[in-house]
Amino acid sequence: MEAIFWWVIFPYITLAIMIFGSIYRFAHRQLTWVAPSTEFFEKKWLKIGSPLFHYGLLFAFIGHVMGMVIPKGFYHWIGVSDHMYHILAIYGGGLAGLMIVAGAVILLIRKMTIDRVRVHATFADFFSVISLIIVAGLGVYVTLVYNTTVVAYEYRDTIGPWFRSLFVFQPQYELMRAVPFVFQLHVISAFALFASIPFTRLVHLYSAPVHYLNRPYQQYRSRSAYKRKGI
Amino acid sequence: MRVKAQVAMVMHLDKCIGCHTCSVTCKTTWTNRPGTEYMWFNNVETRPGVGYPQEWENQDYYKGGWELKNGKLRLRAGGPITKLMNIFYNPNMGSMDDYYEPWTYDYDHLINSPKSEHLPVARPKSMITGNYMDKPEWGSNWDDDLAGGSEVVSRDPNVKGLQDHIAMEYEKTFMMYLPRICEHCLNPSCVASCPSGALYKRDEDGIVLVDQEECRGWRFCMNGCPYNKVYYNWNTHKAEKCNFCYPRTEAGLPTICSETCVGRIRYIGVVLYDADRVKAAASVEDPQDLYEAQLNCFLDPFDDEVIKAAKEAGINEEWIKGAQESPIYKMAMKWKIALPLHPEYRTLPMVWYVPPLSPIMNHITNEEELNTDGYIPAVDQMRIPISYLASLLSAGDTSVIRKVLLKLTAMRVHMRSVNVGGIDEIGKSKLLEEAGTDVETIEEMARLLGVAKYDERFVIPTGRREMDDDLHYRQGACSLEDLAPPEGLVTFSSERGK
Repeated sequence: MEAIFWWVIFPYITLAIMIFGSIYRFAHRQLTWVAPSTEFFEKKWLKIGSPLFHYGLLFAFIGHVMGMVIPKGFYHWIGVSDHMYHILAIYGGGLAGLMIVAGAVILLIRKMTIDRVRVHATFADFFSVISLIIVAGLGVYVTLVYNTTVVAYEYRDTIGPWFRSLFVFQPQYELMRAVPFVFQLHVISAFALFASIPFTRLVHLYSAPVHYLNRPYQQYRSRSAYKRKGI
Repeated sequence: MRVKAQVAMVMHLDKCIGCHTCSVTCKTTWTNRPGTEYMWFNNVETRPGVGYPQEWENQDYYKGGWELKNGKLRLRAGGPITKLMNIFYNPNMGSMDDYYEPWTYDYDHLINSPKSEHLPVARPKSMITGNYMDKPEWGSNWDDDLAGGSEVVSRDPNVKGLQDHIAMEYEKTFMMYLPRICEHCLNPSCVASCPSGALYKRDEDGIVLVDQEECRGWRFCMNGCPYNKVYYNWNTHKAEKCNFCYPRTEAGLPTICSETCVGRIRYIGVVLYDADRVKAAASVEDPQDLYEAQLNCFLDPFDDEVIKAAKEAGINEEWIKGAQESPIYKMAMKWKIALPLHPEYRTLPMVWYVPPLSPIMNHITNEEELNTDGYIPAVDQMRIPISYLASLLSAGDTSVIRKVLLKLTAMRVHMRSVNVGGIDEIGKSKLLEEAGTDVETIEEMARLLGVAKYDERFVIPTGRREMDDDLHYRQGACSLEDLAPPEGLVTFSSERGK
């Protein structure tokens, strides 16, 4: 019963909050949909912390796609042995995780100590940074410490298939029963973080402006829609 | 030919007295909210000086505007790929210290302080942190009237570029005022710098605006604009900028800065231009050719073919008539006495300036006995070095400035002889020939620059509402989006007719 709650009900509830909350905010709170930068107030620490944190997140995202989304069979098919995969996962994933944690800690300290930044930081801002440090910290722990001291845990046999099963609405929750506790904690805290996205500054992750790459430089817009309608 | 209309402004610097009324009325209209305290959509700078934000002309620092690299026009701060790589930290953006930390005073203390031996004082208090500030050290016009002395003047990027050293001795100093608003450029680099596509140029009147719903706060516009006229609101985390008071201009009224200008230095009118020529004009090799290239983008509103093409492009009679009567067309294109600010940024700015003449003449003491030719050398020995003006208004080409100043001098000499009598007739001197003008033009110029009334200075056709999609619905609604009836707010950009 407990397993059903944590590995079926909880993930779906948190994902539902994330998806519908984000849609609601996008539709009705456009004016709050921003990447709330404080670079205008302080540049020196942001220069180190922000790129470290954000690039770390990008690498970690790619790492999770490689570990969770791409099945183990695919690696065998292209000739990547389990050993090679684990070496890559530990070095690459560990580095990405450390970048996130180090960057987020710098940003958190900056948020707490620089007057101009602190005064305008909200509860949600602190919540996001601290929960990201927790989630990423657990991720670093399982990658760098657990994997090397206890056992190189093969999550591609358990967490990976379970994660994919969520998206076909056939959740194989029994796979998660035997997963070590720290991994479970990492997964649960991550889903809790997903649920907070619509209520925090994290919404800016949806707005990565990749369409800038193939957009004409100059933008003209008509004041009214008369041209579009051909009136 | 793709005809577009553009509202534009000319400022006659001779008449600016540096009173900051434009800045203050603009501020009380647009930027009196939290997050906008430090913003001045309109500001008046004393030149030589560092301006606002400090050293905004130093493009090695801010990397604003366009540059020509291997014959191709590109953003100085880098194209889309560079920008996306720098999106987590923009190395070229100014910080609040480049502008200033806005403050107020603790006025309450004056009333509520307990009885004491000394008079109570109102201490300055930061409007950002709420902390007391021991001493404010910079403001938007801290160096007003050369208050910064040689220390600040020497940091003026235009002064640094001058061949000859500017003496800051009392008898030799010079200064002028430079009021600045957004240039509403034909080739705006802020628009090109925006990763979200939130900044746009309006089809109808060329006003450059920020879509507050689409802005995501990536901040590349701030330094992408070489004039540093796009600001970051730290409260809403979105960009804001001068909007040419579009709710006023749509109603045929001048912008609030122009309306309240004490010296009546500002002129507003419509010009027609060919959008197809813009890119080529911005890409000419030599920066000193940019002024001519921009002039070539403008169209003659009296030309039958232009009128026909304008009508086909949806520009109505009223706007064509506005373009024909436009004071901007006369000053910038017909008489060529107004010049663009820093054309070398390649944005093709649309707020132009008539360079100041009066300080030149101050050292002429024998004007009663001076014959007309005697004024010609005076232009070359003016108090404000021509090369300084050239650095501001013509990418360093002194011959352009000299020609404008000679026209203004000819106007002065002729009007002086008309009103108080001169030594000789202007027609007999070389002045008219050197200035490349004639008496008729000079008298027309003198009228527009000297005595023109409200309707001559501001020729603004009203917004083209008859083409609105649903006039009946919009009846009674305000053009400020958020004040429109709630059921009328469109939410998705696809509905907003991009």
